[in-house]
Amino acid sequence: MSTDPGGLTFLDRPNSYIGRSVPRPNARRLLEGRGTYVDDVPAARLAHVAFLRSPHAHARILSIETDAARAMPGVIAIVTGPELARVCTPWIGVLGHFKGLRSAPQYALAPERVTWVGEPFCAVVARSRAEAEDALAAIEVAFEPLPAVVEMETALDPETPAIHPDLGDNLAFERVLDVGEVDAAFRDAAVVVEETFRFGRHTGVCLEPRAILADWAPADGLLTVHHSFQAPHMMQDILCKHLSLHEGAVRVICKDVGGSFGIKVHIYPDEMATCALALMLKRPVKFVADRLESFQSDIHARDHRVAARMAFSAEGDILAIDMDDLTGIGPYSVYPRTSAVEANQVVNLTGGPYRHRHYRARARVVLQNKAPTCQYRAVGHPIATMVAEGLVDLGAARLGLDPLALRERNVIPDDAYPCAGVSGIKLEKLSHQAALAKLKAMMGYDALRAEQAVLREQGVHRGIGLAAFIEITNPSAAFYGVGGARISSQDGCTVRLDPQGGVVAAISVTEQGQGTEGIIAQIVATATGVPMDKVRVVSGDTQATPYGGGTWASRGAGIGGEAAWQAGKALRENVVAVAGAILQADPRSLDMRDGAVVDAATGAERMTLAELGRIVYFRPDTLPPGVQPEFVATRHYVPKDYPFAFTNGVQASYVEVDPQTGFVRLLKHWCVEDCGTVLNPLLVDEQIRGGIVQGIGGALFEHCLYDADGQLQNGSMADYLVPMACEMPDIEVAHVVSATASSEIGAKGAGEAGTAGAPAAVVNAINDALRPFGARVSRQPVTPEVVLEAMGLI
Amino acid sequence: MASESPDREHAVAFTLNGEAVRARVPARMHLGDLLRGTFGLTGVHLGCEHGVCGACTILVDGRAVRACLMLGVQADGATVETVEGLTESGRIGDLQDAFHARNALQCGYCTPGMLVTAAELLADETAAASREEIRAVISGNYCRCTGYHAIVDAIATTAEARRNRRETAE
Repeated sequence: MSTDPGGLTFLDRPNSYIGRSVPRPNARRLLEGRGTYVDDVPAARLAHVAFLRSPHAHARILSIETDAARAMPGVIAIVTGPELARVCTPWIGVLGHFKGLRSAPQYALAPERVTWVGEPFCAVVARSRAEAEDALAAIEVAFEPLPAVVEMETALDPETPAIHPDLGDNLAFERVLDVGEVDAAFRDAAVVVEETFRFGRHTGVCLEPRAILADWAPADGLLTVHHSFQAPHMMQDILCKHLSLHEGAVRVICKDVGGSFGIKVHIYPDEMATCALALMLKRPVKFVADRLESFQSDIHARDHRVAARMAFSAEGDILAIDMDDLTGIGPYSVYPRTSAVEANQVVNLTGGPYRHRHYRARARVVLQNKAPTCQYRAVGHPIATMVAEGLVDLGAARLGLDPLALRERNVIPDDAYPCAGVSGIKLEKLSHQAALAKLKAMMGYDALRAEQAVLREQGVHRGIGLAAFIEITNPSAAFYGVGGARISSQDGCTVRLDPQGGVVAAISVTEQGQGTEGIIAQIVATATGVPMDKVRVVSGDTQATPYGGGTWASRGAGIGGEAAWQAGKALRENVVAVAGAILQADPRSLDMRDGAVVDAATGAERMTLAELGRIVYFRPDTLPPGVQPEFVATRHYVPKDYPFAFTNGVQASYVEVDPQTGFVRLLKHWCVEDCGTVLNPLLVDEQIRGGIVQGIGGALFEHCLYDADGQLQNGSMADYLVPMACEMPDIEVAHVVSATASSEIGAKGAGEAGTAGAPAAVVNAINDALRPFGARVSRQPVTPEVVLEAMGLI
Repeated sequence: MASESPDREHAVAFTLNGEAVRARVPARMHLGDLLRGTFGLTGVHLGCEHGVCGACTILVDGRAVRACLMLGVQADGATVETVEGLTESGRIGDLQDAFHARNALQCGYCTPGMLVTAAELLADETAAASREEIRAVISGNYCRCTGYHAIVDAIATTAEARRNRRETAE
């Protein structure tokens, strides 16, 4: 752990807030209903846009008749795809380092062909949303329906038509990794287990729908965009590119964001169209997705089928994994992150906790006429974890070994780091053994097994499921930058000391509720010695913050937090230097603590920051000659030692299955994870829990169901099940701390951990409960129907 | 009967957060849009507009209702309270403190509805407010960020503190 110039680590600085469960300063206004989400932003002359969306999975647009609609009350403009394309250029979602990844040009409004149910192709702008929707109903469209590619299993068949004829077929991307001697390992294995896992398509269901308000002020030459989004600078760059504007002409503001989880980090046609319409009409235009269009047009995720096998020695050593992943991504690879990342992650992560050396993985990414899929919380992680952990449990059963003991035997030992995982990933420091030991104690594993056995005798069928996992956090430029995507992996923080001794910290990572502004305030307060209630954090504004990536892939704390730490330290150095000149003291003998400049050795106050601010800002004439105070400091940070900070954890689930109805009751859930330095346990723990509940959603409830024609069957919140409080268990969270040496604060990310491990823990628990029936499930979501089918009852 | 234009406006008068208000409301406008659009009460959040998510929950004549499932014209003569009014009155101050201390919110979008639902539960002095009961009562309020655990903790803590205060007073 690094030390600061004062010789203290950040943990034992006298006024350290790091590691403390400090409530978030910005939560108060949210609790009073005083948040400012996009739909709350007032704008004069505001117009509202509604979109005509495709009712077909695949069709040619023959004609759009708009005359009657144009004459309706309140209608300002009706714009079709070819008209909008004159203002907004199309995009193609590929990355250079994903060799062979292909997609087709995608337009803000489909000009000639629609490729999924819900794709926007015509926009109505009106004085109110209701009037815009009235006019939508009066537009007549003639379509020529085209064959729809719905099933990923047949998307590559020669007789299946190509969604984009120019591409020739529906294969968007393929990656094969073959490490070691896989065939030999399987041939020599004592035990081989195999399974085909199916993962249902699901989606983010952010409670605040996607929303954007774009206002073009020609006199200012400024397009101001209020956006419910995670990466404001990325959006600014993309708007410039596709609307042909200079970056100084675009300002993106992301104030309060009502949930994101990766859903709000992609380029959506309707949002680009809204910005283009604001340019065309020279007035503010707002789009807020209603819940029905959210289900049809937000990105989906996790549509995978994985056939996999695992080889074991007679003693229980994992020898090899061989897997084949097929995933459907909809008609386009989503811009600019691409829809190939999820499958690529599955290849990188499967079996990541274990020390086997023979690994073969193939991933194929295919196009289909369903909503596009892309990155959603814990991209690829729950799939990789389910495949490996499902196979480990099968192996344990076949070998007659305890599942926890088998994991203890096979994880990469805690003293083996740094090392490389079998897929080639570089691992700095993980703690599987410590995490397993902590989990075992926390859940009272042995007693729980005993209880399970007793209850089983009484006809109560409970199961215990475990899942060890690794998690990608703190991504460097290796994630997107090297592939040509203009997505920043560096972040910056500017810290300014004001006359009364308060600090304003402008940070390029963003807040969507995870507590970014809170932890930045903690870090800046610790680094500068200014009390936390005197620190104001500014985020989510491209004109007011340093350039950076925003918040995705669990990078807010590890990357944004380190930038804030470095900026805070630099400010402290500047301030102490000026104080030294005034006090005629060696700056090295001074420190900033609790809002004052103090003697570093004794802690005795020398002068308050307010007095220093008064002199510097209002009576600089009294400063010694040659002293030019800089009470502002900016620092940027990007991890360089490793492409990613991998983290690890282990989860356990305790469930009860009703063998008559197939219902699964969640009794308890545990998670031990290692995100390095825990900046604020209060925030981290509930974020882990939130992630677990999202993972449980995918495991048991959530599923975007399509029929054979590509119609979404359950695109409303009444039909699509999300986890509610009454179904969720209490969740215990604990931590092991392996700080990354790449940064001084040592924080890794924690945002994906819950979602990464929960589905496998729950599904393994269900299978543990079903063992007496000789049944097992391998398809998510595990609905009561899936359970009863597995038991042969239906 | 001749069909009525959905845009035809109706005069309504009601009590909103303690103040007498009136408005002209298109027949088809739901109460959520009326409160947000006409009265600027943006604490009423719209998450699904079909009564499932609970983000728009308000009190009408003391009972928790979905603002998106009630028409604006139906508010005529009613007493309506939103999170803004409950905050100003101080009636849920202890609950808000507990939510803050426990970090029982992340993005804050579900929070007003969650608080209003919890306020109704806590107003019932006979309610046991066990963890199980709290989970059942808030099961109509969808939260995607937290794991619900902290919300249950915050409501349970508030219920217990209020119970203790009542017992001390007796």
